[in-house]
Amino acid sequence: MENKTLGQKASYIFFEYNALVMLVVLVVASSFLSEAFLSTQNITNLLRQLIPLLLVSIGMLLVILTGGIDLAVGSVAAVGGVVLVMVMNGNADGGAFWLILSVLAAAGGGALLGAVTGAFVAFFRMAPFVASLALMTIARGIAYIISNGQPQRFDREQEAALILRTFGSKSAPIIDLAWPIVFGALVIAFFYVLMRYTAYGRLTVATGSNETAIRLAGIPVARYKLLAYAACGALSAIAGVVVASRSGVATPASGVALELDAIAACVIGGALLSGGKGTVVNTVIGVLVLGLIGNIMNLLSVPAYPQQVIKGAIIILAVLLQGVGRKDARV
Amino acid sequence: MAQVEMVGIAKHFGGVKALRNVSFAAEAGEIHALMGENGAGKSTLMKTLSGAYLRDAGEIKLKGQVTDIQSPRQALDMGVTVIYQELVIAPHLSVAENIFIDHLSTGGFFVKRSHIEAEARKVLAEIGFTDIDVSRPAGELSIAYQQVVEICKALTRNSSVLVLDEPTAVLTSHETEKLFELLFQLRDKGVCIIYVSHRLEEIFHICTRATILKDGETVGTVNIADITQHDLINMMVGRELSDLFPDRSVEIGAPVLEVEGLNAGVMVQDVGFTLYAGEVLGFAGLVGAGRTETMRAIFGADARESGRIVLKGREISPSSPKEAIRDGIGLLPEDRKAQGVLLEMSVRVNGALRPDSPYESKVGLIDRAAEGRGIQALVEQLAVKTASIESNVGDLSGGNQQKVALMKWVDMGSDVLIVDEPTRGVDVGAKIEIYNVINDLAAKGVGVIVVSSEMTELIGVCDRVLVMREGHIAGELTGDDIREDKMIALAMGLN
Repeated sequence: MENKTLGQKASYIFFEYNALVMLVVLVVASSFLSEAFLSTQNITNLLRQLIPLLLVSIGMLLVILTGGIDLAVGSVAAVGGVVLVMVMNGNADGGAFWLILSVLAAAGGGALLGAVTGAFVAFFRMAPFVASLALMTIARGIAYIISNGQPQRFDREQEAALILRTFGSKSAPIIDLAWPIVFGALVIAFFYVLMRYTAYGRLTVATGSNETAIRLAGIPVARYKLLAYAACGALSAIAGVVVASRSGVATPASGVALELDAIAACVIGGALLSGGKGTVVNTVIGVLVLGLIGNIMNLLSVPAYPQQVIKGAIIILAVLLQGVGRKDARV
Repeated sequence: MAQVEMVGIAKHFGGVKALRNVSFAAEAGEIHALMGENGAGKSTLMKTLSGAYLRDAGEIKLKGQVTDIQSPRQALDMGVTVIYQELVIAPHLSVAENIFIDHLSTGGFFVKRSHIEAEARKVLAEIGFTDIDVSRPAGELSIAYQQVVEICKALTRNSSVLVLDEPTAVLTSHETEKLFELLFQLRDKGVCIIYVSHRLEEIFHICTRATILKDGETVGTVNIADITQHDLINMMVGRELSDLFPDRSVEIGAPVLEVEGLNAGVMVQDVGFTLYAGEVLGFAGLVGAGRTETMRAIFGADARESGRIVLKGREISPSSPKEAIRDGIGLLPEDRKAQGVLLEMSVRVNGALRPDSPYESKVGLIDRAAEGRGIQALVEQLAVKTASIESNVGDLSGGNQQKVALMKWVDMGSDVLIVDEPTRGVDVGAKIEIYNVINDLAAKGVGVIVVSSEMTELIGVCDRVLVMREGHIAGELTGDDIREDKMIALAMGLN
């Protein structure tokens, strides 16, 4: 180990931290390509826009770690937004307490939908792809049914709505950061500690690594799977809440293809789709990489259609880089 | 002229030199053993021969011709077939399709089912396995017959070199005999067979010569007729090995586990026995006799239909491993890689893989520093050879993986520990260390059950041996009666 050449060290760092390397390269390249990139306003906007994807990606990571996949996150986010607005509007005099209740209702609904997927996977041994595919259309249908197919707007006079809009558009005092960014940072910190310092986090990863072994170690596998899907559902619904807080409207058609971005973020961050490998920090990096690609192309006025091609190409590049580093180790 | 000659082979992975300078030669028409502890480089050497790994240096000659094997395909075309421990059959394809997997459509675009089935039948008949139905999905065959299918694959390719990696690890003794007959046939036809194994009895039974590797280098090649088992072990471990099985003074205490009338499917019928504190109780029998199933039923991993389990005088009825562990029973599963350890995770995580972590605080956070010290202490106690506790278990040798799997059970201090095939695929040095762990636990008053297909192991470590046959306990052996012939007789029902 000690007598590695500089080149070997560099290549080790490159492959071990390739998501981070990619992020740094993107940031540096972006700041050269566009003067507007490093402006506070651009960075704040970028981060704020990424918070919903961040929440969903962390939820997706939990599920992917158990060896599963959750395709329903976009639909569940739509349900979350719609439920939030409808519950809030149910009480014209609602204040802060009513707001908390409404957010909990949205998160709870999301957790429930996630738990349904999780139950089919954990107890009925259904393939996660299939179970969550079914829930994806079911949740979308629910979003349309409860909203009657109409975008749901907040009651402008209501105190709860005002508080929520403040959260969505204003900055926190003292640290002068947009509230959603502060919230996102707290969520990251929470899940970082959860995954690294608790038995729950460790056993979630272990479930995806070797299910049989951990069952024989006396650990209830089904519980950890179910919890991962439920957490993913709750986080997705909260992502819907964050979107609504910004735009002031919850649309039952929103969040389409969100699952693909979330999966992409996890994969760019080095998570294995077969489970057992992936970290919160790397997933956050994956989200940032995805966001940066979109941001810089917007700043450079790249048209939308080529943007999609470039984004896809970068995902492939990221995964290729991960593979190259391991090529020698296993055949 | 040697059929296979490998000269000065070197191969490294990252900073680890798996092979330094290995030379090896085997003749046509011989069964040549390749021996060495786990990590000695046997599998790596065979993988450079099969083209799965590219060697860094050295020369491979086939029949004196220098060849440059760059891929498994090339090796196959040159007549080198390797049959790995983990079989690579396609379970849903038929036996015939498996045998002809790489030239299914010889006659054109379409697979001619009747044609390949007829051909497959011919190949099987040649080697005396007419009872295999070639149209059956290969996954339905026993492991032994799947191996035969693999060998048939090699035959249809006219392989002149056949490498078998621990082929008998999963076979019953009857199946093993059949495999040996097949190998003798192939040998007499002039095939060069390279036989990788830990099992000394087998090597003395079927091989003419043996090459021993240690730490990625060749120790030497010997004629089996001129060497004793003892000397061969010494060549492998490179140190004097006075006794494979450590001495133990036994003090057997009160009953810790009483099982009565246990039934679980066809594999476990009316099983009853008593295990005493400090005792090492062996379970012998053929593969499929119901030993593993009995243990899984006691451990709550499989459902029980009936039966009483009494642990330290208290009746228990675990319906999951979690409950069994809480009651005080531990089980080291038979298949280390699939059931025992998490290969992609660290020694730390594997060592702490238990329902209740002792390093968890009230708010649910793990004290990583304290855990690290605890795991490090276990690593030292069990003499696990690992770079650090953060190393992946998959990077350790088989013996050290097994010790990692044992760590949590040693730490948890169960009243009963069941170890199922504790030394399968484990090298001699690590075997002794695992026996020491078993003895230490027994000395502390733990009742230990050892399920093993290696009879010498049962003779060496057990105070008492129960022999199972077709789901029943066929008999009990104690003291000097714990002998191979008696175990075989009971296991096969020859009384």
